[in-house]
Amino acid sequence: MDYHVEENCLTIFLPGEVDHCSAETIRKEADEVIRKKHIRYVIFDFADTKFMDSSGIGVIMGRYRTLRLLGGEVWAVHANERMKKILNMSGVAKIIRLCEEE
Amino acid sequence: MRDTNEMELKFDSCAENEGFARVAVAAFMTQLNPTVEEVSDVKTAVSEAVTNAIIHGYENEIRKIIIRCRIVGKELQIEVEDQGKGIADVAQAMEPMFTTRPELDRSGMGFAFMEAFMDDLRVDSEPGVGTVVKMSKRIGKGRELWTTQSL
Repeated sequence: MDYHVEENCLTIFLPGEVDHCSAETIRKEADEVIRKKHIRYVIFDFADTKFMDSSGIGVIMGRYRTLRLLGGEVWAVHANERMKKILNMSGVAKIIRLCEEE
Repeated sequence: MRDTNEMELKFDSCAENEGFARVAVAAFMTQLNPTVEEVSDVKTAVSEAVTNAIIHGYENEIRKIIIRCRIVGKELQIEVEDQGKGIADVAQAMEPMFTTRPELDRSGMGFAFMEAFMDDLRVDSEPGVGTVVKMSKRIGKGRELWTTQSL
């Protein structure tokens, strides 16, 4: 998983395809970073992502649940039209913050 | 010209094959001259069905998944079959947000995505025997007007 930590903010650079296979790695590694580095904000960066299925939605929802308990937030940036459609259809767009630029 | 075409694919139920399965189906459907959007829709639906077979059908045990594709005219028909655990209550499994594996961060959106991205979805399942997901999509619905125009 490609990521960057700045203070209590974790940016996850998602891979080209977010499916069950890649989502498992992201889930495990993200949780470890969130715990160890006292993360409150997670930014999912979709700049390279062209494919995502419901496994990716599960990862975002799971991180949202964790961070909400800690008083944090989840953001999504650089999502293309397809990714926005997936985020909207699943209802995730309602609980996270979607923005065009960081 | 023949207007039907078929293919069948049998592969191990490991997560690494999810990408292979959806790309293979996407490659097969190119003969229908689909839009980028239509290819994305089918790839997502196939990915959901294959993921279900791996996680729920076989519970991560490595066995075989079979995908059958058939093109009839402008319609793409896809079957994804596993000989795994099966689903006791199909209607409940198809409810959005329902999942038997919340601890794995499964969103429960798999069948909802298949339904949204394909025109038709049917699930035949028997506990202890396995599950067959049958779905179809008509390709080129929105383009007739444009393509029949003379330039």
